[in-house]
Amino acid sequence: MHQFVIDRWGQWQIADIDISFSKAALFMLAVVALLTLFLTLTTSRRAMVPGRWQAVTELWYEFIANMLRETVGAEGRRYFPLVFSIFSFIVLANLLGMLPYSYTVTSHIAVTGALAVMVFVIVTVVALKRHGLHFLSFFVPKGVPVPMLLLVVPIEVLSYFMRPVSHSVRLFANMTAGHTMLKVFGAFVVQMGVFGVLPLALIIALTGLEIAIAVLQAYVFTILTCLYLNDAVHLEH
Amino acid sequence: MDPAAAKLIGAGLAAIAMGGAGIGIGLIFGNYVAGAMRNPGAAQQVFGRVILGFALTEAIALFALVVALIILFVF
Repeated sequence: MHQFVIDRWGQWQIADIDISFSKAALFMLAVVALLTLFLTLTTSRRAMVPGRWQAVTELWYEFIANMLRETVGAEGRRYFPLVFSIFSFIVLANLLGMLPYSYTVTSHIAVTGALAVMVFVIVTVVALKRHGLHFLSFFVPKGVPVPMLLLVVPIEVLSYFMRPVSHSVRLFANMTAGHTMLKVFGAFVVQMGVFGVLPLALIIALTGLEIAIAVLQAYVFTILTCLYLNDAVHLEH
Repeated sequence: MDPAAAKLIGAGLAAIAMGGAGIGIGLIFGNYVAGAMRNPGAAQQVFGRVILGFALTEAIALFALVVALIILFVF
């Protein structure tokens, strides 16, 4: 479990809040720097017919643009920067954690919680701005007889507020569980001596699975963000 | 009962919940394979939703794991 401990360098505080530069901050900066570098360098040529690197960036752009178009529709364009940033940050943060001796930023509930709460607040504000108080009709599904509404509306409201919880815990738990599992099997390799090749083969397979899960969880976080935006923009269940 | 023993039993009980998620994931992929055998052309289109369904179901298993870990390490 030592892999999840955050080291700090220096000791700076502003009125009781610790703002010393930590490993988490370092890795988040690394993610942003790598993303910026990759995206600007690959598109620096601006060729009409993309070369290989520019094609990678274009595919990435298209992937998110298609995701938005399929889930939200034409109004999705305005949320593209948000969704692209979320997807790119999470996918790179998850993948950086797969490097040996590195640290996974998204394996802390604080980070995933912040992302999920940000999405929740943005989606609620978008819904309120677009529909005003008519937004509350979102909690009253169509075609439900009035006596059942007393039961259904609180359940709908509760499930709406549970969204940031499940959104954040899904990503956090996947990352933490993956790394913990790798650590546990690593301990088996050491303990089993010669027969340690069996857990080692399993670790190799699991690392492949973890890389797939890293990308998949970023995709799931992003598509759920798009679905929540769709709920906010078009108030239908 | 000694708190350390209670923690271990609690964590074991919480982990049982993952069985349901295992059934759910099996259902998703079983239905996908059955559907793909009937209509192979549509299989590629629906695969994205299969993966989304898998990830959401897996999340429930991981919520159970988080409860088990909280019982073990927080209390």
